[in-house]
Amino acid sequence: MADLRINLAGIQSPNPFWLASAPPTNSGYQVQRAFEAGWGGAVWKTLGDPILNVSSRFAAVSFNGQRVAGFNNIELITDRPLDVNLKEIYETKKRFPNHAIIASLMVEPKQEKWHEIVKRVEDVGVDGLELNFGCPHGMAERGMGAASGQVPALVERQTYWAKEVANTPVIVKLTPNITDITATAEAACNGGADAISMINTINSLMGVDLDSWNTIPHVAGKGAHGGYCGPAVKPIALNMVAECARHPHINVPISGIGGISNWKDAVEFMLMGATGVQICTAAMHHGFRIVEDMIDGLSNYLDSKGIASVSDIIGKSVPKYSDWGNLDLNYNIVAKINTDVCINCNKCHIACEDTSHQCIDRLTDANGMSFLKVREEDCVGCNLCSIVCPVDGAIDMVEAVREMPPMTWNERQAALSGAAILKADVTK
Amino acid sequence: MANEKIQRITLANLEMNFQEVEQGLTNQEAVEESNRCLYCYDAPCIKACPTGIDIPTFIKKIASGNLLGSAKTIMSSNPVGASCSRVCPTDELCEGACVLNHSTKPIMIGNLQRYATDWAMKTGQTLFQPGQANGRSAAIIGGGPAGLSASRELARLGYEVTIFEGSEKAGGLNTYGIVSFRLPQKISYWEVEQVEKLNVNIRTNTMVGRDISAEEITENFDYVILAVGMAHVPNLGVEGENLAGVYDAIEFVKATKSGQLSEEFVGKRVVVIGAGNTAIDGATCSVRLGAENVKILYRRTEEEMTAYDFEYEFAKQDGVEFRWLTAPKRIIGDDSGRVTGIECIKMKLGEPEKDGRRRPVAIEESEYILPVDAVVKAIGQTRHLKLIEEFGLTHDRGVVKVDPETFQTSNPKVFACGDVVFGKGNGDAMVVTAAQQGKDVAHAIHKRYSVVRTAN
Repeated sequence: MADLRINLAGIQSPNPFWLASAPPTNSGYQVQRAFEAGWGGAVWKTLGDPILNVSSRFAAVSFNGQRVAGFNNIELITDRPLDVNLKEIYETKKRFPNHAIIASLMVEPKQEKWHEIVKRVEDVGVDGLELNFGCPHGMAERGMGAASGQVPALVERQTYWAKEVANTPVIVKLTPNITDITATAEAACNGGADAISMINTINSLMGVDLDSWNTIPHVAGKGAHGGYCGPAVKPIALNMVAECARHPHINVPISGIGGISNWKDAVEFMLMGATGVQICTAAMHHGFRIVEDMIDGLSNYLDSKGIASVSDIIGKSVPKYSDWGNLDLNYNIVAKINTDVCINCNKCHIACEDTSHQCIDRLTDANGMSFLKVREEDCVGCNLCSIVCPVDGAIDMVEAVREMPPMTWNERQAALSGAAILKADVTK
Repeated sequence: MANEKIQRITLANLEMNFQEVEQGLTNQEAVEESNRCLYCYDAPCIKACPTGIDIPTFIKKIASGNLLGSAKTIMSSNPVGASCSRVCPTDELCEGACVLNHSTKPIMIGNLQRYATDWAMKTGQTLFQPGQANGRSAAIIGGGPAGLSASRELARLGYEVTIFEGSEKAGGLNTYGIVSFRLPQKISYWEVEQVEKLNVNIRTNTMVGRDISAEEITENFDYVILAVGMAHVPNLGVEGENLAGVYDAIEFVKATKSGQLSEEFVGKRVVVIGAGNTAIDGATCSVRLGAENVKILYRRTEEEMTAYDFEYEFAKQDGVEFRWLTAPKRIIGDDSGRVTGIECIKMKLGEPEKDGRRRPVAIEESEYILPVDAVVKAIGQTRHLKLIEEFGLTHDRGVVKVDPETFQTSNPKVFACGDVVFGKGNGDAMVVTAAQQGKDVAHAIHKRYSVVRTAN
């Protein structure tokens, strides 16, 4: 069995699966149950000055019958007194010394506030701190959470304040509600962050009730934006992790968060540069027991690839992620329809005909049976037909014979400007 | 299952008739179906499975693409889980308990179980490792589901296990007794192979009482588990039973499983006596061997029939006719000693018997003769009395008495499980129940051994 242990900026845990700071990590009872189930770490629900919550807090998107494709919440940070949380953290750490407990923190953007809370939580033996600069609702209206996290200077300054007194590694949790997450990630690094985690939830309104015209969810007939998470946000999160991972000035470990529901998602985040992952929605949907398959599936995957340690996959796909300008303009793929597998729903045809490049023909064979065929010379390799195809293996996207050597847009522009300079030189 | 065609009986190639009827799920079907599973907490399907397979977990692992984990989850609870995925009466067990029965339709648990175990089979996985040797030895008499299951568990716990199997191959009922079109032999062989990989020594063609004495086994092993199942079909006790063309259903089915199929039933008229699952097997095999007409004769009614509903339906689809309240009175032969007909008598139901079923009573002067070419007897199975007595075990008409907790027989060194302990009122003799008993015996032995070891 492969070694699943990770070390994220000095925080060690028996496996890369941590519970994110959220309702599942609200209490010692819950975190201890999670550790018993096999979770490697937990980021305790954000500590700060206790708040008041509203009733009706969560909502989810069911997509075509699949429940919890996306999830949102308007719950705030912990509503339990700090000393109660600290006592439970202490007890939990004592019972599970080898599991990672990270305290998520959120206070007003004042130096003394950060100093005070960092000292108090470190006193009870946490393995690390996570600064919550991401929570997009409620707390942001009071100048905390995402309100801080959207301003690089505030991120840097508060990280610095926390680092001034912290003895354990400091992770800065970033909000995705920003144009370029690498700006705040870099600010966190400049402030001395030992690691960054992303993404926090995305501003969202889940829906509107067609009869009452109330928002979903609503609190006594009124709603406010919530934070969106769950499987639907994974591609957004994965991109943000990857953008940070490949950024030359962001050189701290990343804790990946956002829509991770199973071991495969975790592998993707780790390949794209995450050292470990944090999970919430999947646990809220199914309970802590889902971690068993995450561990088992990850372990079997690594064994099947002959990889001894999960740490060996961290960042392995990052070099494959780049800018559009570095993609090969002369690489061609075309669609091939396997008529023996095709069930003749014609969805590829109409998708291509109406919305792409009109290159899938509806033909009739000698027996009068209809079939679909791609005019490969007109196919641009967009993938749309294979995306809408409902049957595995009916459409393959295959590499076409290369007509020209590889050339990227950037190379092309450089060549053109080089030629222009040469031409200018000649005319001179 | 989009591509599934109804299989028609062909006389051109009888072997085609014995191909597995149910197609396995495609990858896409398995993914869609596994994602439909709710992943219930404390799920009723687990409780409905006699071997307690963690069904939501193995299904979740199919959904997540962790097929190795899925197959291990199944097989760790049920050493014959690949066979059971095909032969279990799932609508009475796991699928019958699925909570979706109350909202949409139940998850195809059996088919998903088959999907995961088929994958393990196809990819040649080794699922388990033998335990560290603990210096104790166990002899298992009989390599059927109960014996294999006990062996697998003991081998994983570090025991040195030897199976004594009378037939050419281990697997018992799964290898020889369940019709090929439900359960091909290769499935059973794979399960046997999984057990052999744990260094279990399987001595085939070795019948205890003939090739080795019970005494020798009892002396040479620390523990003995008797898992011999049941024997042949008993006599009907009517005239003409020794005529050519009268078959024991168990032997009849076994002959269809070992390769060469007989052509002698093509166009013939067959009657099967009895209405249990073995009778259905005898009837559907006859149809698949090309018989022109196949009738099941049963002295009671549809209500008392012990065959599973899905087997009954299957037989009807195969064109098997049912003659209720009909008992054989005499088998008639020609001068050459071949069956030509069977004299039947009509019955009616009388007062209830001890088991609650109404006693069939002959209607006087209702005899009539059915012209037939073959008679297949499927009225139950006899017990291995001689062997049980050779071991000197207390029994009730061939049902070995065991302590319900420890499975210990009257000889403290000898344990028993499977059909050999199933009597009336001791539960259903399903493959899956036998598998669980095998596990239970192994754990009971290990518990006992652990206690002994601690005491020393």
